[in-house]
Amino acid sequence: MRVVICYDVHTVTKDGKARLRRVADICENHGTRVQYSVFECPVDDPTWLRLRTALLSAFDAAEDSLRFYFLDERSRLTEHHGVRSPLDLEGPLVL
Amino acid sequence: MTARVANVLYVTTDGAYLARDHDTIVVRIAKEKRAQVPFCQIEAVVVMAGAGISPDLLGGLVEAGVHVTFFTSTGRLLARVDGIPGGNVLLRKAQVRASDDPVKTLALARSFVIGKVASQRRQLRRAGRDEEAGADDTLERAADHVAVMARRALEVTGLDELRGVEGAAARAYFAVFDRFVKRDEDEFRFRGRSRRPPADRVNAVLSFGYALLVRDCAGALAGVGLDPAIGFLHEDRPGRLGLALDLMEELRVPVVDRLVLALLNRRQIDPGHFQESDGGGWKMTDDGRRLFIAEYQKAKRAPIHHPFLDQQTTWGLAPHLQARLLARALRGDIGAYPPFETK
Repeated sequence: MRVVICYDVHTVTKDGKARLRRVADICENHGTRVQYSVFECPVDDPTWLRLRTALLSAFDAAEDSLRFYFLDERSRLTEHHGVRSPLDLEGPLVL
Repeated sequence: MTARVANVLYVTTDGAYLARDHDTIVVRIAKEKRAQVPFCQIEAVVVMAGAGISPDLLGGLVEAGVHVTFFTSTGRLLARVDGIPGGNVLLRKAQVRASDDPVKTLALARSFVIGKVASQRRQLRRAGRDEEAGADDTLERAADHVAVMARRALEVTGLDELRGVEGAAARAYFAVFDRFVKRDEDEFRFRGRSRRPPADRVNAVLSFGYALLVRDCAGALAGVGLDPAIGFLHEDRPGRLGLALDLMEELRVPVVDRLVLALLNRRQIDPGHFQESDGGGWKMTDDGRRLFIAEYQKAKRAPIHHPFLDQQTTWGLAPHLQARLLARALRGDIGAYPPFETK
């Protein structure tokens, strides 16, 4: 499946900046950044379990928010307009 | 445990540089970041160009279980980087013992040949049916001849005899291959299988496709703990991945030949996608290779039914599933290695 991860991390404090860095790194290690705080991650169930656990440990539930949208084979139609069209990690990767 | 569907990153541009960013590969071309690919999304990196790779990245990939393979631009294997072999050492010892045992070797080699000849016969029959009414019976006769070879493969008592049967079937198949190509251009006339070097464009694209497939098969074998270099049908030869060549025999026709023919007949490949090599022979241009790789990756998603396992799967998973079956056969979990028979 593909999970769309959206995060909103409160970065006013130094701790907040560190959390943002951690959350972004975890996402970057698993998927494609499609917009500033939005990632698309193709994952199987075991990988998703690990990814979800890592994210929930890295954020602060009192200050930040995380949203996960689950896309299956049928509901992954996407339109992208504008700059920075993201890499499709499940398509041919030929550079 | 089912094989994980994972992608492959192909690097085909000279001067590309691959560096590590946490657990991702950053691909830079002409100093510009072109892609960032997480390790966990891929099973292999294939480098087919003069590309640099940082040692830090190589280490990270190896730790993550991602195989890295280096080819020349014509598809000749240069080097492979795998991690410290994981998997079961007992399995590898069983593989080596079987390769020294003429009886076990013949049994496995026979399975590989039966699968290959069956796929050739199927292609010939299919093409014969697709020909216009009133066409001569060349394809049908070739199919019958190959069917005779299939029966003979079941009866041979030695490896040399088996290789002879395989060779005869291949000659019959390639003798009529030109009939599968529905292009008028002289540039795409096929006058027989040639490699080292490919003597014409169709041979060049076939060879390139086979190079991609052998890499996938080697990766699949290494993934189940088998050594891709120790084969049964293919003799041990330094630098040659005998078992990968064995495993791919029955996949050549359904995976590569059919894709090559589809791309030619749909006019997705043109003479301009090829160039002559220094020293004679033909190879694909950079654009040709990228186009083929993209189509190859797409073709691997095509759904198929695995007859032995009775499950739906894709062509891309066939090497993994067959490698797993081979491991089971070598361990003695199943009585023999079942070749993949396609519908």
